[in-house]
Amino acid sequence: MRFALTEEQQLFSDSARRFLQARSPVAAQRRLRDAHAPDGFDRGLWSELAGMGWSGVLVPEEYGGVGFGLAGAGLIAEETGRTLTASPLLSTAVLGVTALLQGVSARRRAELLPAIASGELLTALAVDERPRHAPHEIATHAVVTAAGFRLTGNKTFVLDGHVADWLIVAARTVDASLADPAGRDAIGLFLVNRRAPGVTIERTLLVDSRIAADLHLQEVEVSRADLLDAPGSGAALLDSLLDAGRAVLAAELVGIAAESLERTLDYLRQREQFGRKVGEFQALQHRAAHLYCEIELARSATSAALRALDARAADSALLVSVAKAKAGDAARLATNEALQMHGGIGMSDEFEIGFFMKRARVAAETFGDSAFHSDRIAHLYGF
Amino acid sequence: MRHVVANASDLANAPDAAGGADLGAFRTTTCAWLEANCPAQMREPVHDEKQLCWGGRNWKFASEAQRVWLERMAQRGWTVPDWPREYGGGGLSAEQTTILREEMQRLSCRSPLSSFGISMLGPALLKYGNEAQKLEHLPRIARGEIRWCQGYSEPGAGSDLASLKTRAEDRGDHYLVNGQKVWTSYADEADWIFCLVRTDAAAAKQKGISFLLFDMASPGVSTRPIRLISGKSPFCQTFFDNVRVPRANLVGVLNEGWDIAKYLLTHEREMIGGMDVFAGGHGTLCAVAAHEVGLVDGRLADAALRTDLARYEIDSLAFALTMERVREQSAGGQGSGALSSLLKYCGTELNKRRQELAMSIHGSRALVWEDERPAGRRAADGEVGETARHWLRSRGNSIEGGTSEIQLNIIARHILRLP
Repeated sequence: MRFALTEEQQLFSDSARRFLQARSPVAAQRRLRDAHAPDGFDRGLWSELAGMGWSGVLVPEEYGGVGFGLAGAGLIAEETGRTLTASPLLSTAVLGVTALLQGVSARRRAELLPAIASGELLTALAVDERPRHAPHEIATHAVVTAAGFRLTGNKTFVLDGHVADWLIVAARTVDASLADPAGRDAIGLFLVNRRAPGVTIERTLLVDSRIAADLHLQEVEVSRADLLDAPGSGAALLDSLLDAGRAVLAAELVGIAAESLERTLDYLRQREQFGRKVGEFQALQHRAAHLYCEIELARSATSAALRALDARAADSALLVSVAKAKAGDAARLATNEALQMHGGIGMSDEFEIGFFMKRARVAAETFGDSAFHSDRIAHLYGF
Repeated sequence: MRHVVANASDLANAPDAAGGADLGAFRTTTCAWLEANCPAQMREPVHDEKQLCWGGRNWKFASEAQRVWLERMAQRGWTVPDWPREYGGGGLSAEQTTILREEMQRLSCRSPLSSFGISMLGPALLKYGNEAQKLEHLPRIARGEIRWCQGYSEPGAGSDLASLKTRAEDRGDHYLVNGQKVWTSYADEADWIFCLVRTDAAAAKQKGISFLLFDMASPGVSTRPIRLISGKSPFCQTFFDNVRVPRANLVGVLNEGWDIAKYLLTHEREMIGGMDVFAGGHGTLCAVAAHEVGLVDGRLADAALRTDLARYEIDSLAFALTMERVREQSAGGQGSGALSSLLKYCGTELNKRRQELAMSIHGSRALVWEDERPAGRRAADGEVGETARHWLRSRGNSIEGGTSEIQLNIIARHILRLP
């Protein structure tokens, strides 16, 4: 059985839904926004989530986590999509942990993973250097020194970069032995401490009220032990990190889309115009039914992608791109249709549909929208 | 990279899969048996409906390989792997059936038998038929001995199927059937028909319908093929003029045939949704495009076509996974219910897109209907006009078995619970 949840997964998903609906509904995100919360999320909530094992969802039990894999992280993300809960789940529990598990010395792993699992330590991935996602177009460079590397460059759209204790930075290693210094092989990932000399972090408030950062590195010294993988295979590690993030984002987008559709269906069943429920109009019924199909297609692709990553299947990159493209488009359609079908009230800030539209836009853009992933799929198919 | 569905086998082999060790052994023996028993010719891709095996009293096998393949599979009950053994099936569990399907796909084994008996009537008889009817009809369907057609649509009853007028009068030991059906697939080649008839003209339209089975060789049955825009004639008009049908051929309860009709339709929709969409496997259209249009720096020379193709592949993969998910949910032979409308709607709209893309990829070559150029420059026999015929034929996919609009109605009503 490829799609069915195990009993344990079902319980995990149900409890996530119950907890978030009670503790962190959309109204809570509105309060964070209106209070100009400096972190963009609720630190107290993150501690509670850590207590429930969410910060350690990918962390193996030997390091203090619960080891539920990306399929488990996807279950949480779908529920946070329904409540729009802001948290370092993606930046830290998914990207940070995957980076530490897949490519770093055992010493750092033993030091950092338990701190992540306990909710004390936050990380952020710094990849993009231009507005549109192009993860292999990297100008940030790492010069080899006696002790390790010296990094210089600028990064943008670093999610949770404003709070991260450690930054995972993609940079090109300047190494005379590399055949193609501009190619994939020269890309490496480096662990950089936010307090290291030469690191500057600038906050940007995003349209969904979450916070990202611009990161400036000026001759920042990094020890050799903090290169996340040997030079020459960094792009593969970077892609694998991004794919973990993309699949979890796809799950969040499925949650956003499903919640938007359900809220819209409730409205169509109640709202009356021309003396009848607007949900009786076939023009709206067909659009809602089409939207439902698109969300189900996205849900299948997302579930398959998460499981393929956990199983390290050969076609996981393809499935991740299908999932991210499909879920991004489904969430965009869902939030646009939701707003249109709610009519005027959908445009008011007092109503919550706008929150879903804003978050859907950011999550769809993060690590590549459907155009980016269509292009990637064309490459994977060799055309 | 291409065989996403085949890769599912890797996951199913994982030790935590339900019944892990037993299913692993089943996969191994199944694979070995298929390797040993599926003739090489039956592992070549199907290019044309004519290469499929439909069975029936008058069936002429296209090759000895086709005959042997059907015989071997039918002997194991694997033409209908999840039907009970007493009715000619293989008695396999849902998980085993999935494994068999995956292994056949991985080894490119053709389906040994295409049949409306398998895909439509069988599930309905298993649920609604009496024991005598099951024993009479199901084993013959499983062995490909009787070919069935579907008597549903009428000239005045298309989307509004329940308004059908073909009537059956109770004449004591038999029903007397009079009326006309249309869009009856392969009525001119079928041996038997499962037919919706009106048995109570006074009742509300869904309450007076019954489900009858009868032999197409009965006196009073005649058929006339309908030529389609694709030039082919898979459909017929079918006429009933005082056809006598034994009482024993009524399935289920008199005047309650609409429930059977709807249940059967969910199977038909699932079947149509899955037709053609994955012809040749994922990515094949991309390979054809690379060859026909050419690559520049590893990218298709036509950038807009490249995007359309990639978007098609995304939807095609997402649909294949959805089909797998729905099948998994409905495992156990209970059918997929209203979700069959999702499969039908998405699958047929996707196939129409695929055929449009194929036309674009082949350009003017696809437009040649008859080729009078000298041998050597002429397209191979059987290829001339094929892309165009498939394209034209696919236009009907979103009409037959319930239009896309009807499927959206069903989803809105039964899944989304809109008023």
